[in-house]
Amino acid sequence: MRLARVVGSVVSTRKHRALEGAKLLLAQPVDQRGADTGVVQLAVDAVGAGYGELVLVVLEGRAAGAALGQPGAPVDSAIVGIVDPRDGLTSDG
Amino acid sequence: MHLAHVLGTVVATIKDPGLVGRALLLVQPLSPDREAVGRPLVAVDSVGAGIGEDVFFVRGREAALPFLPVSVPTDAAITGICDHWTTGDRSPLERRRAAVSTGARKGGR
Amino acid sequence: MILGKVVGTVVATRKDERLVGSKLLLVQPILPSGEASGGPIVAVDTVDAGAAETVLVVSGSSARMAAGQSDRPVDAAIVGIVDAVSMNGSG
Repeated sequence: MRLARVVGSVVSTRKHRALEGAKLLLAQPVDQRGADTGVVQLAVDAVGAGYGELVLVVLEGRAAGAALGQPGAPVDSAIVGIVDPRDGLTSDG
Repeated sequence: MHLAHVLGTVVATIKDPGLVGRALLLVQPLSPDREAVGRPLVAVDSVGAGIGEDVFFVRGREAALPFLPVSVPTDAAITGICDHWTTGDRSPLERRRAAVSTGARKGGR
Repeated sequence: MILGKVVGTVVATRKDERLVGSKLLLVQPILPSGEASGGPIVAVDTVDAGAAETVLVVSGSSARMAAGQSDRPVDAAIVGIVDAVSMNGSG
């Protein structure tokens, strides 16, 4: 899994049927200090994450489909956890 | 999954049987600020997207999933058309409202 | 998938036995403009592409979904010969 910050959301009326009802969020990968690393990705939200939150993103299709409750859905990433805002992340870096 | 803009279409008469009858679209991956990210690529369309539309696409082995049980050899598939996206999670109006309410009760979210 | 131009053939007598009988081509990835982009890759040809043709190349595990490749150790396959690329109604 990777750490990411939720930076936005996407609205799509026409999408693959396995994605119907799915919430799509824009997730900016970050390092342990919260600094941006790499490009913003789209992930389906399985935990009710919101803007600005630090989240855990799984980058693997089978896991993402399972998190969405749609095994076999054409997705490659899903938000599967929200890092506790106060002390959810400790690092020595 | 990534945001992208549909730049064009690709026509290929001779192709893998799994690709027959499928629309092949040339897409440019985008950042949320609409800047091009990386180089354009060819994706198989699963939702009826067209030139000029903003879409999102899935990469890797999951790209073949929309077309099962047909075995489609693709590493990129368009799985949705974007109506719009928001960064900052709020429209300008909502942002103003939030600013007002934050001012009212100091230390709000 | 990416667009590429066939720039050569690769002959390897000693190779994984599951690759025996596969035609291997050297493909230069290109931009829609035809400009080269990145280094050339070796792809297994499933559509009988020829020299200098513009082709569609699928990468990663999806390459094994191309016809006849399901049990072959390949990570790139040519799955189409491009007739035309049109952008904004051009071409």
